[in-house]
Amino acid sequence: MSNSPDFNHLKKVTSQVRRDIVRMVHACQSGHPGGSLGCTEYLVLLYFHVMKYKLPFTMEGKGEDMFFLSNGHISPVWYSVLSHAGFFDKKELGTFRQINSRLQGHPATEEDLPGIRVASGSLGQGLSVGIGAALSKKLDKDDKLVYVLMGDGEQQEGQVWEAVMFAGSKKVDNLIATIDYNGQQIDGPTEEVNPLGDLKAKYEAFGWEVITSDGNNIEELAAAFDKAKSLTGKGKPVLNLMTTVMGKGVDFMEGTHKWHGIAPNDEQLAEALNQLEETLGDY
Amino acid sequence: MATKYTFTEKKDTRSGFGDGLTELGRTNPNVVALCADLVGSLKMADFIKENPDRFVQTGIAEANMMGIAAGLATAGKIPFTGTFANFSTGRVYDQIRQSIAYSEKNVKVCASHAGVTLGEDGATHQILEDMGMMKMLPNFTVINPCDYNQTKAATIAIADYEGPVYLRFGRPKWPIFTDPNQKFEIGKALKLIEGTDVTIFATGHLVWKAIEAEAILQEQGISAEVINIHTIKPLDEKAILASVAKTGCAVSAEEHQMAGGLGESIASTLARNDMKPLEIVAVNDQFGESGKPEELLDKYGLSTENIVEKAKKAIQRKNS
Ligand SMILES: Cc1ncc(C[n+]2csc(CCOP(=O)(O)OP(=O)(O)O)c2C)c(N)n1
Ligand SMILES: [Mg+2]
Repeated sequence: MSNSPDFNHLKKVTSQVRRDIVRMVHACQSGHPGGSLGCTEYLVLLYFHVMKYKLPFTMEGKGEDMFFLSNGHISPVWYSVLSHAGFFDKKELGTFRQINSRLQGHPATEEDLPGIRVASGSLGQGLSVGIGAALSKKLDKDDKLVYVLMGDGEQQEGQVWEAVMFAGSKKVDNLIATIDYNGQQIDGPTEEVNPLGDLKAKYEAFGWEVITSDGNNIEELAAAFDKAKSLTGKGKPVLNLMTTVMGKGVDFMEGTHKWHGIAPNDEQLAEALNQLEETLGDY
Repeated sequence: MATKYTFTEKKDTRSGFGDGLTELGRTNPNVVALCADLVGSLKMADFIKENPDRFVQTGIAEANMMGIAAGLATAGKIPFTGTFANFSTGRVYDQIRQSIAYSEKNVKVCASHAGVTLGEDGATHQILEDMGMMKMLPNFTVINPCDYNQTKAATIAIADYEGPVYLRFGRPKWPIFTDPNQKFEIGKALKLIEGTDVTIFATGHLVWKAIEAEAILQEQGISAEVINIHTIKPLDEKAILASVAKTGCAVSAEEHQMAGGLGESIASTLARNDMKPLEIVAVNDQFGESGKPEELLDKYGLSTENIVEKAKKAIQRKNS
């Protein structure tokens, strides 16, 4: 990309977003810190560097890059990033998962929260929706891109492969999908629950261009986004197979499925916040 | 408020399922359990520990799980599938319809986290349409027990019944007020409290709310009969008609959409046999949302107060 990112600032945002995530799930004693912490660099880069979009938010997103979160359970990281990017006031993060909040446990459009274009939470559906949005852009001669994030456990869903086959065979080349390749899901490591095999080879066999990246190394991930963008428009959808650490940034949450979907208690919160610098002010 | 039933402990109904399944693992060698990456939520860990060879972990692939269950049943096994109610029904409706219901396979579709009381996960997970979908399927039996003990008894009972069953239960800790040694009889409504002015037909978590409502009505001089409809299909029409013939009006209460729910089944029974005023406590054409179980029951009109109010309205209609 021409404009080189201000990595110092992006790292500050990343640290603040991680603080927000643990504070949000602690406050309501529910939600999914593991995948959220692992995908923080991805979402920060996406909204603070990679995507071109306008505010106020519009559903149609004409002439803008669009993002769809398929693994909707990592809503905390998305909500936090959206608030820091100016979609809504960060004070609202304090209402996460509470009654009458726009910040539903899983992302929803019903509440008119700026930034959300389709509900997710039931896994396996986001890539199909992203393809539909990408096809619209082609119809509209809109040269902007569609980004989709999925989980790796989510790859076990059949619908994912219907979408993978379609995007490859129909040459949906204005689409950059990313897999949060953390090797964990609810019941344990993906390798034990239902091994994913060689995802790179599988996507390639379905007609995709595949790159790999370290999703928790912000410089490397920025370069991967550049590479992915450069591969669009060439007759193939692009996959970024992004290795991450579940629970990244909080040592006792790192690398285990145990923190997929539970909230820290008061002591654990304090311990977590000790490891995450407050950079932009807590909500 | 002096309720006619009391409790000393609360437990989630999904634990009743898990404990029932563990018992089946010890007593019935044909029982096979399947799960789609929700072992902890479905409380299946003990069964798996004791019968690792009779457990199938499909990963996050519910449609495949239903197909595998149909295949296992074809070969004489008794498969119990476990996932959230949303992913047990809507997500896999056609797989169930063709491979299980139409093909008359002896599969037990066991579904946790039904209704708004799953709480904070929100509307994507809070299915309120499942009983309607499942009761429409020919050959299917639909069961929605009210507490831990009854869920455990129902889990054990459906293994002995030949045919597809949908067993619905939930996430929150809920009062335990039924007999721990009960024998569960599919299709038999249970009269919990005798009354003369109005009948409250309740199912699932709302049976406890109906018991609370009866106590409030009693204080106001109204005699309510409370009947636990744990089996939505086949519906115990005889028990329903007999009670309403006596009381002259009724209220139904369920954690489900009004469309397709228990209330509609009862309305149909009454319309076809003996028209009497019926009020329905159910969610009225809305999706749920994130929140705490009790807050959500209040907001969506499923509280004890709602049952009391509708009971009085039914009586008013009867007398007008
Ligand atoms: C269709 C569907 N089935 C099951 C679930 C329950 N569930 C939520 S997250 C999850 C695990 C997802 O694993 P992965 O995609 O690897 O995400 P991670 O745990 O790494 O965040 C499951 C099974 C769901 N949300 N949707
Ligand atoms: Mg994962």
